[in-house]
Amino acid sequence: MLAQAVGVAEILVVLLYLFLVVFLGWLGWRRTKSAADYLIAGREIHPFVMAMSYGATFISTSAIVGFGGVAGMFGMSLLWLTFLNIFVGIFIAFVFLGGPTRRMGHTLQAHTFPELLGRRYQSKFLQVFAGLLIFLFIPLYAAAVLIGGCEFIATKFGIDYNVALLVFSVIIAAYVVMGGLKGVMYSDALQGSIMFVGMLILLLWTYGKLGGVSEAHAGLTEMGKMPSLFGSIGFKGWTAMPEFGWGDAKYDLWWIVVSTITLGVGIGVLAQPQLGVRFMTVKSKRELNRAVLVGGIFILVMTGVAFTVGSLSNLYFYEHEVITGKVVGTTDKVGVIAKKERGLVKKVPCALLHIDTTGDGEADINIVKAGHDVTTPDGKTIPFSKLMPAAEVKELADGTAEIRPRANAYLRALVKTGDGEWMFNTGSIIPTFVTRAMPGWFGLLFLVTLLSAAMSTLSSQFHAVGTSIGRDVYEQVTGKHGKSIGVTRVGIIVGIVIAVLISNYARGGYIIARATAIFFGLCASAFLPAFIGGLFWKRMTRPAAIASMVTGFGITAFWLLFVKAKEAVAIGLVKGSILAEHPNWPVVDPIVVALPISALVAIAVALATKPPAQDHLDRCFK
Amino acid sequence: MFGIEDKYVSMVYLLCVASSLLCVVYGLINWNRGEEAAREEDIRWAKEEKEVE
Repeated sequence: MLAQAVGVAEILVVLLYLFLVVFLGWLGWRRTKSAADYLIAGREIHPFVMAMSYGATFISTSAIVGFGGVAGMFGMSLLWLTFLNIFVGIFIAFVFLGGPTRRMGHTLQAHTFPELLGRRYQSKFLQVFAGLLIFLFIPLYAAAVLIGGCEFIATKFGIDYNVALLVFSVIIAAYVVMGGLKGVMYSDALQGSIMFVGMLILLLWTYGKLGGVSEAHAGLTEMGKMPSLFGSIGFKGWTAMPEFGWGDAKYDLWWIVVSTITLGVGIGVLAQPQLGVRFMTVKSKRELNRAVLVGGIFILVMTGVAFTVGSLSNLYFYEHEVITGKVVGTTDKVGVIAKKERGLVKKVPCALLHIDTTGDGEADINIVKAGHDVTTPDGKTIPFSKLMPAAEVKELADGTAEIRPRANAYLRALVKTGDGEWMFNTGSIIPTFVTRAMPGWFGLLFLVTLLSAAMSTLSSQFHAVGTSIGRDVYEQVTGKHGKSIGVTRVGIIVGIVIAVLISNYARGGYIIARATAIFFGLCASAFLPAFIGGLFWKRMTRPAAIASMVTGFGITAFWLLFVKAKEAVAIGLVKGSILAEHPNWPVVDPIVVALPISALVAIAVALATKPPAQDHLDRCFK
Repeated sequence: MFGIEDKYVSMVYLLCVASSLLCVVYGLINWNRGEEAAREEDIRWAKEEKEVE
């Protein structure tokens, strides 16, 4: 059944791609036999390979499908994240952090990010605590990457999301377990190159289809003047920033875009454990300088394209999309889920059209025909009929019809959930756009692009999961040094299972972007003060590092459990944010509060405690 | 600019391209910088590794 849905050409291309990736992994694996060998061989890594490996690890389906979908919903204001990705994630990281991380990693013989922190501060607790945080929370980020890949596979081939998850998970697990770890950087370079080509074609084709750069932007600007579902939270169009201010719900969107999407991920990249170790694998500072060149272009083409195309997809769906097929059914009135958080479901009443474009009598495309107005208990009318333009249907002589959905990207991303309910799903925006707007051959290239994006990130994530539980926790707690390979492998399998379980239960409500932002924000708040302080400030002490890490984690956890509305309700300890009466606070990301406080705690405790021993500092900063 | 009326979005559109160019220029200027230091460091690190072994 799967082979029928997918097609022979697709299966052959995917198999060829997997063969190439595994072959490159095997080539790398043949040259390395142990963890220490891995790093020594790594110091010979070519700057192109290193930069592509860093970029391919950094950019995943989460960025392309997840955040690209959020750009489809909220617009080009997400390009602030692209700017931070390049300026902070590449320029600052490589020019200012790369050299010191590489040097200190070598002098302290550290092989993992927690080990670097533990040895800099001579603290077993720090290494174990950081290792546990990574082991517990990376599966959440990995789930975001898995969901992104599955959304495309499900949309592209019209198969059930859970079937897509099963197939995708098996491919990923086989790749990670069969040796995707040791030769990972060579495989990453191939995957990064595929991603680069795929995204570049996507951008050029999209602008070409919409009439050119200025014409496309002008059309999208004009479209942004229509009434919007998100107008009440400050949406002002896809080429404009949301309304800025404080103390009113109409400013919520600005705080979502700037605090969660932009700062959460844009700053958090500096303290990503799976990216930090990349700096320890280059031969010299010179290689890092060269890698800046490749990385700067790569990230611009990755996230810049995803966010621009995500925004522009609105114009395509509204003005350019024409579906030719037979209307095989209509649903006069059904509640489509717009928001679903553990018991709280908000639905939009719509009429739906079910269209068969393949001629097999089954509907393969479902669109919103029109919205129905709603009168709330307090007598207010929500004019969904105006907020959701009606689809135009033109009957043809042969019994088929030409249908213009006239929808924006969010309304076009209509999916049926496993429970048989209809839902607007942000994660389906980019897959739907690629399937509908791009030629068939590109869908195949994009499938391999997303496989590359997911596999390169997931292999590093699970590598970090395995080493954190094996080397950083098990070896430190038991004292059995160098005997953690079995624990590492079990850790990887447990990590994969947890990520798949999360992917199975979490879908919709821009979960991909939110899960990614949670992990990045947590890393920034817990690790960044200790990491930056450890690299640049000799006065930074062990108690200060421990205090800032515990404070950063504690505040982030408290904020997610009780304050940030979407996460607090989803976790379920409270029925709503404890600051629900105070506008804007329930949408502010924990990083805005936790990172400044953990940095201040680090400085205050460092100044109040005894400086580290001089001979240890001499060794660290040799 | 380029069909975008909002000044902050126009600005970030340019900033993305400018920061990418900054990376390219930095990479080109420093392409061979530190070659000698890298070689010296190689020798020193190799020596240290032998001592550890």
